[in-house]
Amino acid sequence: MSLIDMLFGKRKKTADIARERLQIILAHERGRNGAPDYLPALQKELMEVISKYVKVNHEDIKVQLERQDNFEVLEVNIVLPENQR
Amino acid sequence: MARIIVVTSGKGGVGKTTTSASFASGLALRGHKTVVIDFDVGLRNLDLIMGCERRVVYDLINVVNQEASLNQALIKDKHCDNLFVLPASQTRDKDALTEDGVERVLKDLADMGFDYIVCDSPAGIEKGALMALHFADEALIVTNPEVSSVRDSDRILGILASKSRRAVNGAEPVKEHLLITRYAPGRVDKGEMLSVDDVKEILRVPLLGVVPESQTVLQASNAGTPAIHMNGSDVSEAYKDVVARFLGEDRPMRFLDAPKVGLLKRLFGG
Repeated sequence: MSLIDMLFGKRKKTADIARERLQIILAHERGRNGAPDYLPALQKELMEVISKYVKVNHEDIKVQLERQDNFEVLEVNIVLPENQR
Repeated sequence: MARIIVVTSGKGGVGKTTTSASFASGLALRGHKTVVIDFDVGLRNLDLIMGCERRVVYDLINVVNQEASLNQALIKDKHCDNLFVLPASQTRDKDALTEDGVERVLKDLADMGFDYIVCDSPAGIEKGALMALHFADEALIVTNPEVSSVRDSDRILGILASKSRRAVNGAEPVKEHLLITRYAPGRVDKGEMLSVDDVKEILRVPLLGVVPESQTVLQASNAGTPAIHMNGSDVSEAYKDVVARFLGEDRPMRFLDAPKVGLLKRLFGG
């Protein structure tokens, strides 16, 4: 890219696009590749236990594993239906 | 104690075999008894890069299957007395490479007094690549400043951290080194190529060295001479630095800047 291109702000440099794309895709893939494969089974069993007491839909239970430096956080998010409260 | 070093990348064509040949030669030039093993079963190429293709009689699979002894299969390098090449098989299927068999070969090499065992990994994440990295103490991650290469290197780092013997046994992790190859500083300056800092920041692996893009590499492979022997070339100097840093010397990074360009060219591009 020449100085004239830069003066007129012609376009974003491709190296910057490459870096941004890589940062996004690798953040996504690192989480997925490292995820233990028991998560779907855990979600299913939690669903069964909770269904005994409360009527919930499958999509109301979210199980997520997040990695923060040296430890992992298992996040279970259950949305209870309005009329049960 | 022999150190086992895998040269790996995930992606093909980034310079694994070029690096294996020059890195192993560099260790030998520094006086260390070294063997370099081609793990690319079916697509043997290290022998061509090392210039010993006409001396191949037995290969890694023959030794794994105990059809030949290590002494029969090892080929002495033509440049260094203390460097040996163990070629890959061209014909057998990849299943011939068993974990027990490879472990035994590596142990026998260690017993023969080798200081360094360099494993040239095939591309991909199939059996040959997994076998090449499984027993590693250290890993050279060869990466081009290009999106697919960086992504594949990241995958390989994940595999090293989960499937290597050290990971499986809960031992000290494989020591990782980043080696950026085919680097073109002029293109980095123009914003056309990821910089060394970009790749370092994304992969978060300590940088062992940067090898510039160079016509010397093709000339070296044409001649069957590892590029480190092409004295006076940037590539040779870069690989000598890599080996020195690997052996614990403190050497500043070189070949990171493009040759100076005139004012006119800077104004109008080109």
